Amino acid sequence: MPERIPEALAAPKSGRSLPLVWIVPAVALAIGAWLSVSAWLERGTQITIHFRTAEGLQAGKTRIKYKDVDVGRITEIALANDLTGVIATAELVKGADKLAVEDTRFWVVRPRISGSTVSGLQTLLSGTHVAVDVGKSTQRRRLFIGLEQPPAFTTDVPGRQLTLRAEDIGSLDIGSPVYYRRLQVGQVAAYELDNDGRAVKVTIFINSPYDRFVSANSRFWHASGIDMALDAEGVRVKTESLVSLAIGGIAFATPLDDAEPGPIAADMVFSLHRDQAHAFKNPDRLADSYVVIFDQSVRGLQPGAPVDFRGIVVGEVAAIHTQYDPGSKKIAIPVEIRIYPERFTSRLRGGAKSGRLGRDGKFVAGLVERGLRAQLRTGSLLTGQLYVALDFFPDAPHARLDLAQSPPELPTRPSALEDLHATLVSLANKLERVPLDQMATNFSRSMQSLDSLVKRLDTELAPEARSTLAEMRKTLAETTRTMGDASRTFASAEKSLAPDSALFAELADAAREFGRTAQTLRTLADYLERNPQALLRGKAEDAR
Amino acid sequence: MSASAARLGLVGCPTCRLVSRVPPAEAMVCARCLAPLHLRKPGSIRRCWALLLAAVALYVPANTLPIMYTSSLFGSQDDTIMSGVLFLWGSGSWYLALVVFFASILVPLAKILGLALLLVSVQLRSSWRPAERARLYRLVESIGRWSMLDIFVVALLVTVVQLTALAAVRAGPAALAFGAVVVLTMAAAQSFDPRLIWDPLEEAHA
Repeated sequence: MPERIPEALAAPKSGRSLPLVWIVPAVALAIGAWLSVSAWLERGTQITIHFRTAEGLQAGKTRIKYKDVDVGRITEIALANDLTGVIATAELVKGADKLAVEDTRFWVVRPRISGSTVSGLQTLLSGTHVAVDVGKSTQRRRLFIGLEQPPAFTTDVPGRQLTLRAEDIGSLDIGSPVYYRRLQVGQVAAYELDNDGRAVKVTIFINSPYDRFVSANSRFWHASGIDMALDAEGVRVKTESLVSLAIGGIAFATPLDDAEPGPIAADMVFSLHRDQAHAFKNPDRLADSYVVIFDQSVRGLQPGAPVDFRGIVVGEVAAIHTQYDPGSKKIAIPVEIRIYPERFTSRLRGGAKSGRLGRDGKFVAGLVERGLRAQLRTGSLLTGQLYVALDFFPDAPHARLDLAQSPPELPTRPSALEDLHATLVSLANKLERVPLDQMATNFSRSMQSLDSLVKRLDTELAPEARSTLAEMRKTLAETTRTMGDASRTFASAEKSLAPDSALFAELADAAREFGRTAQTLRTLADYLERNPQALLRGKAEDAR
Repeated sequence: MSASAARLGLVGCPTCRLVSRVPPAEAMVCARCLAPLHLRKPGSIRRCWALLLAAVALYVPANTLPIMYTSSLFGSQDDTIMSGVLFLWGSGSWYLALVVFFASILVPLAKILGLALLLVSVQLRSSWRPAERARLYRLVESIGRWSMLDIFVVALLVTVVQLTALAAVRAGPAALAFGAVVVLTMAAAQSFDPRLIWDPLEEAHA
């Protein structure tokens, strides 16, 4: 049978010597290599961030975002060696390695609800991510400390950072608003205690373009809380905003007469005043110290209490001491006061420098010669707060200002209350001198004679008076009887005069008769008037 | 004892199935339909090796690079095949995890290893267990298409889940590599000539 099978035709040999099939693995290798290399190339810079806690962070999942763009992810989370925190290793995407510079900051974005802001709510759904604020430095860095709080402002926000010095932090917190004409123009970025612990340094950030309203002369004050004032215009309540009421805030303003706003030095520190009035008070650059010695209790006087000249506060109490004087064996209370002489200067009369209490004290010595005295006065009867008043008492005993002392002693004058007290005492003394005993003896003697007089009256006059009274009673009884007879007489008279009695009827008849008679007489009189001749001729016949 | 067609000097036309005698020439064509005739697939081993190596080269990125990018409201994520399997396993769908692991990782690997075994044994002219090797070849050829499971899943998700803001799925570079691996292994299996398994046995008998 194989014989019947046809033979295949011979064909020319194809001249392909290079087996094309090897192109396939070559291409595959090339693709594989390219994929791997590109993946490897896309592997960005590795950085390490220290966080206090890994809350919300997931290795391999948590993204690092800059302006909401993914720039990397956390690849590994491990505890720090000293167990104080966690070390997150992150991989930045290719090209994002320029984010990792010296002053770049990283923080974890979590949902946060603070007094003024609600942020990071989207992370409730999407999970937390790490946000970046890129620094301006060009120095590359690989190790970072993550922030616990999101920074109040990011580096790319234009504006100006200022440092304020405050006595205390008040109710301020990071993120508390900064107001300019009640417009929020910035916020508190940070605060820290001063190195010496005596003040708080508050760093605020004022956004552009409002930062140009800050000058070297700007005043800053706490805008927290309510400012209530009761004055001649009534009650005024002032607050910057409800937000600042709740979370505190800072307000600032620049005095209007600040014609040439000076540039702000880089290291300038402003002071943060406790309220607006305080902030706008002229700063007291000069202070003169004096001492005043009071002989009375200074209960109610405190350091910081005002020193006032006819109602104008010109200084304050600096300190209150006690001093034992071995010579006179007396304990005095020297009160140190500080007077700000600039407050005496008048801006009304051009020369702002004039009127200043001379530094050499001669001027003050002159005033003392003319009767300037210090006096303790009660500021408020309710609270018993005292203040030191300066005033002129021309009739005060002569005193001199001893300029050799430092501080010089201003003569004092007892306070009005003390004067009153003294008067009362002298009054009491006078009263004491009155011969009260003698007066009392005299009085009791008079009382005795009066008593004997009364007794005599009792014994001598009383019996006579009694018999007179009995007679009077008898007379009265008789009178009563007479009155009864009279009333009976009146009753019978009344009966006979009643309208239905016979007498009355007859009287009525008589009256009627009299009336008729009168009518007839009137007729006669009329007739006679018309016909007077009738008297002579008699009545004429009617002419019919 | 049976003898192969080649040994008897016969060749079958793959196109019109005409059996012809082998002429004393290097190349031949079918006497009836003029299709090129070969006693064995020309360059079978070489081609198979080439395709297999290409598959191996792409198998690595297919398994290490992300196959799918998922971005949703809840964050974005990229998954490799293995991370998908681990996720399924971790979320309790261990049967699904097994299916994906079997179809996407084990099957391509088994195909590559099986083909490599066949090729090496043929090249060494081994007469070791020819029947089992033939069964292995049939297995490799038949399961090839099932490895496309992953690619189907990705292709479906990419087209269906496009809710721009809420969720979006994109195919990753591994999808391409993985698809190429599957196609290349199928082609390699096709290019392998199973008759080569039996040739050494015949020579030994002869």
